[in-house]
Amino acid sequence: MFDAATKAYADADINPREDVDGFVSAAEDLNTGTSIFDEYTPDQLGAVLKPLLTISGDGIHALATAYMQIQTGALDVVVVEAHSKASEILDPVKIMNFASDPMLNRLPNVHPYHIAGLEMNRFLHETGLTQETCSQVVVQNRRNALANPNAAFGAQLTVKDVSESQPLFAPLKTLDCSNTCDGAVVLVLATKEKAKKLDSKPIWLDGIAWYNETPSLETRNWERAVYAELAAKRAYKMARVKSPRKDIDLFEVDDTFSYKELQHLRALDVDEPRELKRSIQDGDFDVDGELPVNASGGSLGVGNSLECSGLEHVYEVVQQLRGEAGKLQAKDVESAVAQSWRGLPTTSGAVAVLRAE
Amino acid sequence: MPVKRRVAVIGAGMTLFRRILQETGKELSWEASKMALHSAGMTLNDVDTVTLGTAPDAFDGVHMKGEYLSDGAGAFHKPYTRVYVGGGTGVFTPISGWWHVASGYSDVCLAVAEEKMSSCRPHPQYAFYTIFDNILERPLGANLIWIFSLEMCRYMNVHKIPKEKIALVSVKNKNNALDHPCAQLGAKITVDDVLNSEIMCWPVNKLDVSPTSDGAAAVVLASEEVAKKYTDSPVWIDGVGWNIDSTYWTNRDLSYPKYAENAGRMAYKMAGIKNPRKEIDVAEVYDPFSYKELHHMEGLQFCGKGEAPQLTEDGVTQRDGDLPVNPSGGLLGVGNPIAAAGMMKICEIFWQLRKDAGKRQVADPTTGLAHAWGDLMQYSSVVVMRS
Repeated sequence: MFDAATKAYADADINPREDVDGFVSAAEDLNTGTSIFDEYTPDQLGAVLKPLLTISGDGIHALATAYMQIQTGALDVVVVEAHSKASEILDPVKIMNFASDPMLNRLPNVHPYHIAGLEMNRFLHETGLTQETCSQVVVQNRRNALANPNAAFGAQLTVKDVSESQPLFAPLKTLDCSNTCDGAVVLVLATKEKAKKLDSKPIWLDGIAWYNETPSLETRNWERAVYAELAAKRAYKMARVKSPRKDIDLFEVDDTFSYKELQHLRALDVDEPRELKRSIQDGDFDVDGELPVNASGGSLGVGNSLECSGLEHVYEVVQQLRGEAGKLQAKDVESAVAQSWRGLPTTSGAVAVLRAE
Repeated sequence: MPVKRRVAVIGAGMTLFRRILQETGKELSWEASKMALHSAGMTLNDVDTVTLGTAPDAFDGVHMKGEYLSDGAGAFHKPYTRVYVGGGTGVFTPISGWWHVASGYSDVCLAVAEEKMSSCRPHPQYAFYTIFDNILERPLGANLIWIFSLEMCRYMNVHKIPKEKIALVSVKNKNNALDHPCAQLGAKITVDDVLNSEIMCWPVNKLDVSPTSDGAAAVVLASEEVAKKYTDSPVWIDGVGWNIDSTYWTNRDLSYPKYAENAGRMAYKMAGIKNPRKEIDVAEVYDPFSYKELHHMEGLQFCGKGEAPQLTEDGVTQRDGDLPVNPSGGLLGVGNPIAAAGMMKICEIFWQLRKDAGKRQVADPTTGLAHAWGDLMQYSSVVVMRS
């Protein structure tokens, strides 16, 4: 946290003790191994004796909270933080199992990825997409990650490598899943007036929305990512995006599992399933393609940083919009979307639309 | 900069507070939400956004407890956030609801606070063991009563306060709770009862401590335009403040809650309050321990450092006093389902300012304050409300 915060403050040209009106962090107790984790946030962020809060949400939820705080008019500069220290979780699967309804759904010693297997099955069945397309997502994202200095899982894979990897819960294979990683992201948000005074390169947050569907496995929609559809609709409306495929130049979407990237791209109104297959085959979503998707490598390539995953997507988008993404840089990126999902077993997600000008 | 939109509380509801309730956390959330919506004259269809407050996941043994509770809190197909600042969560939840509405993002926000501590066996206190630094403090076998006894000791020592004066807070609050229909521990007790009750960790006696509880409470927040359509007596949230001190409580002077002062000042500035002692008519101050009510009164600038015990002895903080504090019965009397307890304080101020508090009603209040405290003796959240 301290490392990311120091870099962010230098980049934004601010002193947290003097220039920041509020701090928002995103954390989950059981992932941190500490109850009431917000106790352990102020010192590292320079937030001692300042307004700080923690939300149990994804980094983009935290971004939304900071956005609203600024929009009230009461706060001018707000810092957003999310991090992962997944390497310290002895048994992440057990922790994830604890997120299931304790009375209706939690089965002892059942791996929670069975929910992803069921959902992937339903998604492929309803859309006519195939495992091959999912495997192509993995190949692309892990290849992209090779050029990302922050990525932990860059690799040169083939579709065959993915489809022949260890089966988990059919049709889900080992390589369809992202792996957890450690890391932290800190962003500094400011009002337009304040941003112009600082020696920094502002990127504008033009639309943001977050929605929940239902925690109930029994009644949720297993085919569509309803939470992402609702969030996208509202965020697009705020940012006056009419046709996402045309108006947005780059997407960083949640790809905790390979099929989730496809499901989310559909929810974000990028393509209908049939076109998704063609777009991927034609290389439209490559870094040098017509509409780059997860140029950073996504969670499959960079690593799944738990609550930080969404904020990591936003970080990559900011780099792209500033033209500072180095080897990952896509051409002419003026508006971009970052999207997150809170992982199994939730139906909770957020969407942010950002622009360079 | 001035706040863009004024935000009103237009409905409130709460469940019983009890050591063990049969309902699940989801059911408690829904019961409180339903009552709040009913009192506002609304249904879930009128709600745009939902915010939920609940404290450690360790109580329920549910990871991502916010997600688990979401449908109970009415967040199906809605933007939903769970905020979380330890014991300060209850008063913080309506603050987060406030920025949903004040920012213009939402017109109606349902703010729900829930806690089900009884699922934690054999006793919820054990979950608190996991709030401590896992390298420096857990090996000491620290627990909450242990560190609060240190703080109480320091407070007593610096200001030369005898325990008898602190015990008066328990006597007052438990007595006030007799008039609260949801209260868990209303009782007619004396200072001697407090002093003679079991010593938990000196100088904390059993009757100095609030109980562990199950319960939920909720409020409906609305923009000025919407509020005026639904009610003639909205209660306005005119000031909000929140503040955190360093994690390293061992390095701070525990005799004074600076974080409470900062949170209070932030809220007072927003509400245009210059002299809280004169301008606040009724206050719900966080009282999980008897001394904390006094400690926080000083932090909130109701009096100078070390002067709160005298105000209590003089009867100023009684319901018929000049500055009624915890007319509900507070956490000591009504109960302490962490997040829900803070929200209960918001509900109480709402009812007081609407003159709906029944037997608990104080004389003609127009400005009220609710405060909660949390984390490692480091957090405060404050809301100033006006009728």
